[in-house]
Amino acid sequence: MNLALKDIRHNLGRFLLTCLGLSLLLGIVLAMIGIYRGLILESLGLARAANAHVWVVEGGTRGPFAEASRLPGDTREAIAAQWGVAAAGAVAYQNVEAQHRGAIKRMLVVGAEIGRPGEAPQIVAGRPILRSRYEAIADRRAGLALGEQVKLGRDTFTVVGHTENLVASGGDPVVYITLRDAQKLQFDLTPAATRREAARTQAAGTAAAGGSTDTVNAVLVRLLPGVDAEAFAAGIVRWKQLGALTQSQQEAVLSRSVIERARQQIGMFTSLLMIVSTVIIGLIVYTMTIDKKKSIATLKLIGAPDRRIVGLIVQQALAMGVIGFAAGAVLINLTHGYFPRRLVLEPTDAMVLSGIVLVVCLLASGLGVRAALKIDPASALAG
Amino acid sequence: MSEEPVVSLKAIGKHFGEGATRVDALRDIALDVFPGTVIGLRGPSGSGKSTLLNVIGCITEPNSGSMWLNGELVYDDKWLRSDLRGLRLEKIGFIFQSHNLLPFLNAWENVAIARILAGATKAQARARALELLDYLGVSHRKDAMPGQLSGGEAQRIAIARAMANDPRIILADEPTAALDSQRAGIVMDLMRKVAEERRTAVIVVTHDEKIFNRFDHIFALRDGMLEAPAAKAA
Repeated sequence: MNLALKDIRHNLGRFLLTCLGLSLLLGIVLAMIGIYRGLILESLGLARAANAHVWVVEGGTRGPFAEASRLPGDTREAIAAQWGVAAAGAVAYQNVEAQHRGAIKRMLVVGAEIGRPGEAPQIVAGRPILRSRYEAIADRRAGLALGEQVKLGRDTFTVVGHTENLVASGGDPVVYITLRDAQKLQFDLTPAATRREAARTQAAGTAAAGGSTDTVNAVLVRLLPGVDAEAFAAGIVRWKQLGALTQSQQEAVLSRSVIERARQQIGMFTSLLMIVSTVIIGLIVYTMTIDKKKSIATLKLIGAPDRRIVGLIVQQALAMGVIGFAAGAVLINLTHGYFPRRLVLEPTDAMVLSGIVLVVCLLASGLGVRAALKIDPASALAG
Repeated sequence: MSEEPVVSLKAIGKHFGEGATRVDALRDIALDVFPGTVIGLRGPSGSGKSTLLNVIGCITEPNSGSMWLNGELVYDDKWLRSDLRGLRLEKIGFIFQSHNLLPFLNAWENVAIARILAGATKAQARARALELLDYLGVSHRKDAMPGQLSGGEAQRIAIARAMANDPRIILADEPTAALDSQRAGIVMDLMRKVAEERRTAVIVVTHDEKIFNRFDHIFALRDGMLEAPAAKAA
């Protein structure tokens, strides 16, 4: 006869309500982990989508995702001419706020060359960019329909294709345009005084990189099979004015520099939630134990061993944790599509969290167990 | 009486506190309770009735004296058995003033739990519980939850639970306090029946004058001392 189960059935409504509250709390914990996973995936998504082996960036910088990186536009040709290079493509990145259907949308605009590394990957609807000007491929999260026109800077672009789940580390949807359009967009968005200075130096025939509009943020290199990316990158770094990162180094930079604080923040918040969950489970189990004080005293008086009493409390705490966690997991699985940032729910995370929840329940039940063991059997005789 | 007493107390003393705050709850208590007898303990509040019941029930440790339960010396200036819980489970049944049925178990489960704690299987415990409920005339309420039972029915279920492990002694603390005269009479009749048919000793702590005539002997406690048994009321 399972006393824990009998007691739960006797107070089913209250128990389920408690589990519901706990499930919301554990659901939030799961969501936080999912947000963290999503953050990593989204942050690395853009770098991975480029499908490059080496990122050539401005010398002394760690690439466009960590800090400003500007290269002369002809760097691509110089890199493409190196031994071992299968393909090279220049890219430019620009954060843009665009008016769309009366609302301001923030996007990361990526300028890439048609048919070269860096162009939009995995188009899920529509077609790739075919014309050299004024076509765009937008991530679905941008809310731009196929064929719809959107004004970026001073020009209007037609959306011809869609990507999916391609956003910047800040969560802004990515919009691909051609490199030429992106360079113009960067120039258009530059402050007026800087534009004037650039135009003057161009008119004077000065090819200084600082005054030219033909700049890119990185050159993405795809290597021939068998060519060592690290060795290639080391060779590029010797050029002094250039820096080079392999794909794994680029991802590490993104993970460390860009999302490390977010990871710490989310980790801290998740830890606090787990502590709060522990305290709440502990208090609930303690309250449930005190509610059963008379029953526990009676059980002890008629000869129930301590392990039976402990079992009653621990089993209820575990049941609460298991039901609360399962309900929380179902809740988050049903609602994760409504979150503004991507939630990535991985089975291993769920399994680890369920294990932690069980440990938390065991710890939390300690308070109730202590209270139960202190109950004097003689108190059953008191009126 | 030629039989051995089920409970035998010699010079039992119990005090709470020390020095100026010391209160002697029991003083030099000597008592033999024989199988098949129903003993009453009465006295004003604070006279030591509950303390005596707790000592006999192996819940409260006395400070001095000796105690035998079913011929076994269990206390001799100290507990001689470490497993008092097992002792209670095997040899003592308890009946409470407010029945103390577990609210999350139905009537037969409340009886069966005592058997299960003693090691019986659920099927064995259920069979025993149904037999006892039938014996006490409440088998028709076997599936009722405690909240659905009348006071008399609940107390009968509590008696059945006390009998579940065939104890040698039943200790009842004000078992009729919450019942009217008719139901109190029925409960006392049942305890008498149990005592006579199963040779169980029954000790009842009571203030309830309407049942004083139901005991073989009534002992009065005053200031922790047991007075001579009063003559059985007519």
